[in-house]
Amino acid sequence: MLSNQEVAEELIKKFGNDVYDFEDPYGLLTLTTTREQIIPILEYLFHHDRFKINFLTDITGIHYPDSPGQEFAVVYHVHSLTQNFRVRLKVFLAEADIHVPTATPVYASANWMERETYDFFGIIFDGHPDLRRILNIDEMDYFPMRKQYPMEDATRQDKIDALFGR
Amino acid sequence: MADIELVPNKNFPAKNDHPDLVGELTTLNLGPTHPATHGIFQNILQMDGEKIVSGEQTIGYIHRAFEKIAERRPFYQITTLTDRMNYCSSPINNFGWHMTVEKLLGIEVPKRAQYIRVILMELARISDHLICNGILGVDSGAYSGFLYLMEKREEIYEIYEEICGARLTTNMGRIGGMERDFSNEALRKIREMLKSLPPVLKEFENLFNRNRIFMDRTINVGPISAERALSYGFTGPNLRAAGVDYDVRVMNPYSSYEDFDFIIPIGQSGDTYDRFMVRNEEMWQSMKIIDQAMNNLPEGPFFADAPEYYLPPKQEVYRSMEALIYHFKIVMGEIDAPVGEVYHSVEGGNGELGFYLISDGGRTPYRLHFRRPSFIYYQAFPEMCKGTTLSDAILIMSSLNVIAGELDA
Repeated sequence: MLSNQEVAEELIKKFGNDVYDFEDPYGLLTLTTTREQIIPILEYLFHHDRFKINFLTDITGIHYPDSPGQEFAVVYHVHSLTQNFRVRLKVFLAEADIHVPTATPVYASANWMERETYDFFGIIFDGHPDLRRILNIDEMDYFPMRKQYPMEDATRQDKIDALFGR
Repeated sequence: MADIELVPNKNFPAKNDHPDLVGELTTLNLGPTHPATHGIFQNILQMDGEKIVSGEQTIGYIHRAFEKIAERRPFYQITTLTDRMNYCSSPINNFGWHMTVEKLLGIEVPKRAQYIRVILMELARISDHLICNGILGVDSGAYSGFLYLMEKREEIYEIYEEICGARLTTNMGRIGGMERDFSNEALRKIREMLKSLPPVLKEFENLFNRNRIFMDRTINVGPISAERALSYGFTGPNLRAAGVDYDVRVMNPYSSYEDFDFIIPIGQSGDTYDRFMVRNEEMWQSMKIIDQAMNNLPEGPFFADAPEYYLPPKQEVYRSMEALIYHFKIVMGEIDAPVGEVYHSVEGGNGELGFYLISDGGRTPYRLHFRRPSFIYYQAFPEMCKGTTLSDAILIMSSLNVIAGELDA
């Protein structure tokens, strides 16, 4: 059984200052890295002879409009099926330069997950074999999960938050 | 995978880059509304005669923006969105979401509620697999098995109805437990189900398992190796058919699954026949779990002591001030959740159903992402059906159990 401490120390030994912000919310090792290092880290964990973190559970994006220079995050959940150990990796991106390398050479399943993330957040995965929209129509000219698109019609008068003390 | 002899056609010489192909390629639109796709998604197949050369999927026809809607809704209102993902086994989605929120809030659910959830989740798994295997029979030309099984699914839906009042989109359970305890009628129906399902399943297996025609149609059709399946992110019965014994119920037990004794059936070659057999065996195992849970159903409360999240009993609301306040605050969605980031997964009908929830301390999630197993493994379909015939491709799709609601979210 691997411990968060053990994996974190190995990663720091290998990648030094490129891995930072270690946390373990609800026991799940979470760390942040740079976009230059994300694919090397995924490959390192994949081929590590003891960790064998070789299953990609999920890729998704998050939009933080209020943190300048770090507006977007790409979140990778990877899982070791032999050790039953999960790691959550984050890469923060600036809105002006919203590029991250693709994980498709490491995991075939990353293909559609990255297309979905592109579709909803506009994050561009460099080197992706077929980066097109997947769930929304091709003609769409905006990225709907970004926070600047509110859920409801802003002109509605019957659902003003102030009326409910919010 | 039947080998097809390709006869060169002198009138139509090959007009493509594949030298081994003879005639002209035909483009075939399988879907979006095709009876064999069991849902709205499209496959654009390039066919050389009866042989599939390449395939490309178009999905998103019933995309309903659940993740965006969820950013506006209080936590308890998101349950109704999860129903509509894998609608063949909605209780699993409901409870998976409740458990995610409970993990975020740190609520410990009483044993009785956990066992009730296990019983309902396993019933849902049975109804999911019944449909998948029944339809697989229909797609291979055997209708009668499906009709036997439909009757049993109807009985499972009647149990849902007894417990929550709904049949398909159940909205079952609440954050912190169940909305009500099992009624005597519900217990009676579940016991009756446990007695009446085995003979039907037995008969279904007699019809199919060693049926020469069915075996010829499914063995070695659409095989996928364990390595490819893992690389494509397969989970659930489809991964287990390829020989990997990954089951969330065993690896990361939730809702007291560690109390039950059951085995994980696995296949060898990951072909359509193995997927069929794994699902069949899982139904027997689910019945075993339900039987154990029914026999050891603990006494006690069926909801946790979490007044800020669990609606107080109606009599209390009329009598006590606190209950009235909590009732109002919950219904209006005025309760702020703590700040946190949580990933929780359950074993859905099709595999690992994950919920990635980020709360910024508000009344709604800041970000909610569903890891939908169908969406992830369906991308392997072109690779699996390459070189097979159209009729085999239909069987492969059917045995993957792609649910359009889960595909598109």
